[in-house]
Amino acid sequence: MARYVLLGLALLASAAVYLLPNLGAKWEFVLALRATRLAGLVLVGIAIAVATVLFQTVARNRILTPQIMGLDALFIFLQTALVAGLGPIGFAALSSQARFGLEVALLIGAALLLFGTLLGRGAQDVPRMILTGVILGVLFRSLSGFLARVMDPNAFVIVQAEVAASFSRVNAGLLPVAALATLAVVGLALWLAPRLDVLALGRPAAVSLGLAHDRLVLIVLALVAVLVAVATALVGPLSFLGLLVAALARPFAGTDRHLPVLISAMMLAALMLVAGQTLFERALGQQSTLPAVVEFAGGLVFLFLLLRGRIR
Amino acid sequence: MNRPALLLALLLVPLAGASLGVGVASLSGDGLVFWVSRLPRTLAVMLTGAALAVAGVVMQQLVRNRFVEPGTTGTGEAAALGLLTVTLIAPGAALWVKMLAATAAGLLGTAAFLALIRRLPPQEVLLVPIAGLVWSGVLGAMVLHIGWQTDLLQLVGIWLMTGEFSGVIAGRYELLWLAGLAAALAIFAADRFAILGLGDGVARGLGLNPRSVMRLGMVVVALVTALVMATVGMVPFIGLVVPNIVSRVMGDNLRASLPVTALGGAALLLACDILGRLVIHPYEIPVSAVLGVCGSALFLWLLWRAPRHG
Amino acid sequence: MIKVTDLSHRIGPAPILSDVSLSLPAGKITALIGPNGAGKSTLLSLIARLTPLQHGQITVAGLDVARTPSAALAKVMAILPQNASVHSRLRVRDLVAFGRWPHHQGRPGPEDRAMVAAAITRMGLDALADRFLDALSGGQRQRAHLAMAFAQGTEWLLLDEPLAALDMAHARRLMQELAALRDAGKSVVLVLHEVNYAAAWADHVVAMQNGRIVAEGPPAEVFTPAVLEPLYDMPLRVETYAGRPLVLNHL
Repeated sequence: MARYVLLGLALLASAAVYLLPNLGAKWEFVLALRATRLAGLVLVGIAIAVATVLFQTVARNRILTPQIMGLDALFIFLQTALVAGLGPIGFAALSSQARFGLEVALLIGAALLLFGTLLGRGAQDVPRMILTGVILGVLFRSLSGFLARVMDPNAFVIVQAEVAASFSRVNAGLLPVAALATLAVVGLALWLAPRLDVLALGRPAAVSLGLAHDRLVLIVLALVAVLVAVATALVGPLSFLGLLVAALARPFAGTDRHLPVLISAMMLAALMLVAGQTLFERALGQQSTLPAVVEFAGGLVFLFLLLRGRIR
Repeated sequence: MNRPALLLALLLVPLAGASLGVGVASLSGDGLVFWVSRLPRTLAVMLTGAALAVAGVVMQQLVRNRFVEPGTTGTGEAAALGLLTVTLIAPGAALWVKMLAATAAGLLGTAAFLALIRRLPPQEVLLVPIAGLVWSGVLGAMVLHIGWQTDLLQLVGIWLMTGEFSGVIAGRYELLWLAGLAAALAIFAADRFAILGLGDGVARGLGLNPRSVMRLGMVVVALVTALVMATVGMVPFIGLVVPNIVSRVMGDNLRASLPVTALGGAALLLACDILGRLVIHPYEIPVSAVLGVCGSALFLWLLWRAPRHG
Repeated sequence: MIKVTDLSHRIGPAPILSDVSLSLPAGKITALIGPNGAGKSTLLSLIARLTPLQHGQITVAGLDVARTPSAALAKVMAILPQNASVHSRLRVRDLVAFGRWPHHQGRPGPEDRAMVAAAITRMGLDALADRFLDALSGGQRQRAHLAMAFAQGTEWLLLDEPLAALDMAHARRLMQELAALRDAGKSVVLVLHEVNYAAAWADHVVAMQNGRIVAEGPPAEVFTPAVLEPLYDMPLRVETYAGRPLVLNHL
């Protein structure tokens, strides 16, 4: 228990360091700006952490993330396709919440269709499944790029604005609805945690224990889709954070049971993002390098864990 | 010449003809467009495709894993890092110095990757491509970061992301002949790579030094990757898709299959380049974008078309 | 003759072989036996220069394994490592043909092709010759690797557990083929787990335990309860059948 308290304190401390110093004369404005970003970072951390842990359970593999399997690329492709399909005017007519809702719905549908089949059919052939996911990621990224190039310039500008979210440009308009969605999904995931423990035993064991295995897989995939949509819409794609956090959370929690692992992963991810952003924004005076550093450090730690035989 | 090779060679002729014919400017007149632009571009595309496909096979033999290519093992990113370093330290350095630095860095990156995966449990086939992706991600993040800090992001972006041939004119692509030469060397040493693919024990048992074959392979991979990256930018998927298709059809007796792989790489890249010139004519789509779509679709089709064995 | 002098080997801190000296006769079938972890496979792979020598000396047919170029050794001895597995998509014929590489370095002649065909027939693989390895069963694949070692046409043949994946018909056939090779003047060294194959077919037996040689000699001398019981740490009986020892280890 003590370590969770420590982790929580560290999170609070880094949040305070991020929010409070050098507020200046226009403190209300600055504080609001920072609070928005902070909320974005915490939300993204939670969403990515939970999405990764859930996805790894469903895929029965510790080195997969929804991002590696191309889910964020699929989301960006859907965003692009939506602009192309509705046209600049039709797209602009929708509010940003409505757009987000539409995109999430599309992503859930596509993810269930794609990964439901993939995990169902390809479960015996894991290499093929992973390779399919990785290649699908490339396909969706390329398709987005392709669409962006052939669509008319006005639409392209909209896509740019829609897709160009980053750590320094958290998509603030979406925060309320994203927070709501994340909260609901995370609550559901925590409630499902005991069942996820059974799910992790594998299909035969889970079925013989009376779990509605296939339905639960689909539900979990839908939850993952929502979370990935939230994270990607808020700050854009981030491939290694989830991997890193999930890999650290299991040793931290000292167990593979989902409830502690999910909670540790969420806290670790939020801490990593907030502390990282604080460090870069305050200490180093840079704003847009955190994703690069997360990729860099996350990748290195992942390779280290891989070599130590900690990831299987 | 075996049958697949003959078929591909026959396919390559009309493709090359089309590539020579397609373009905004008319070919009539003194032939300047032809000699300065069309012919160099066609040659550059074919050389790049062939060299990358061969480099892909070599990489797969070095690692004994089908799911890798030089673009997913850190070679390209490391080469970009080397090129970037030289560009920053000595902006006026001669071209061959830059190429040497890029190749050396590519070699280092590949060697580090090989050292890395040697320590992974051998039965976990999947960890290899994933470790490769992470490793290239790490190096890529470094390149992007340095590029961003030094305002060279645009250059880096071209190297790492958008390989294309629209800028190829006579005098600006000739380094690719060197890449083609490296690929030819690999074809010449095909048996050695095939034996290396059988395992270190078998190679040693047959009197071959696995280390020296490995070094040769790494040089070929690094050279091809560095030259292609610096001349036209990274072109994804050729090194992954073509070798896998050829292996499925013909198996891995490289002496027979490597020339086919080279021809296949040339043909696929040429087809994609022509497509990129036609889709939004008179504008162009970079070949890497076309390839990202066609290549991945092709790969998925391959992957799911037939059962894994047989 | 293979001559091993003062051979010691460690993997990390663990001693695998300690002061092993022995000579293996030419023109015979020699079986290395012993419990798991005795050091048999390590000894074989040191002889085959698959593992670099740490301490001691090994000569094969008068050639110092540490000094002779690997390519020259490949014309003298062929090795089949344990669990040889290939991830390349090769046809059986392609794999076997690589056995001739040491002799032609990439330019096979008619003699090489004849040797390959003979090796394929020897292992009963004619019907499978044009199949891909990944479409074969484990035992069939094992036979393809054996055929590759045969095709190498060397004076010495080193086989690490060649019977591992074979059914009993193919196991006996392999031993018959090895005996035929021996009768043609070749020398065979193999690691065997099934002691009765060693008892029935070997001319010379080397028993190992904890990295040392504990017994050496013709089967009739080594296959006695006095040697085998402490070696495998189990009680057993040895009968004689058709003039050869028969170990009743399974009763």
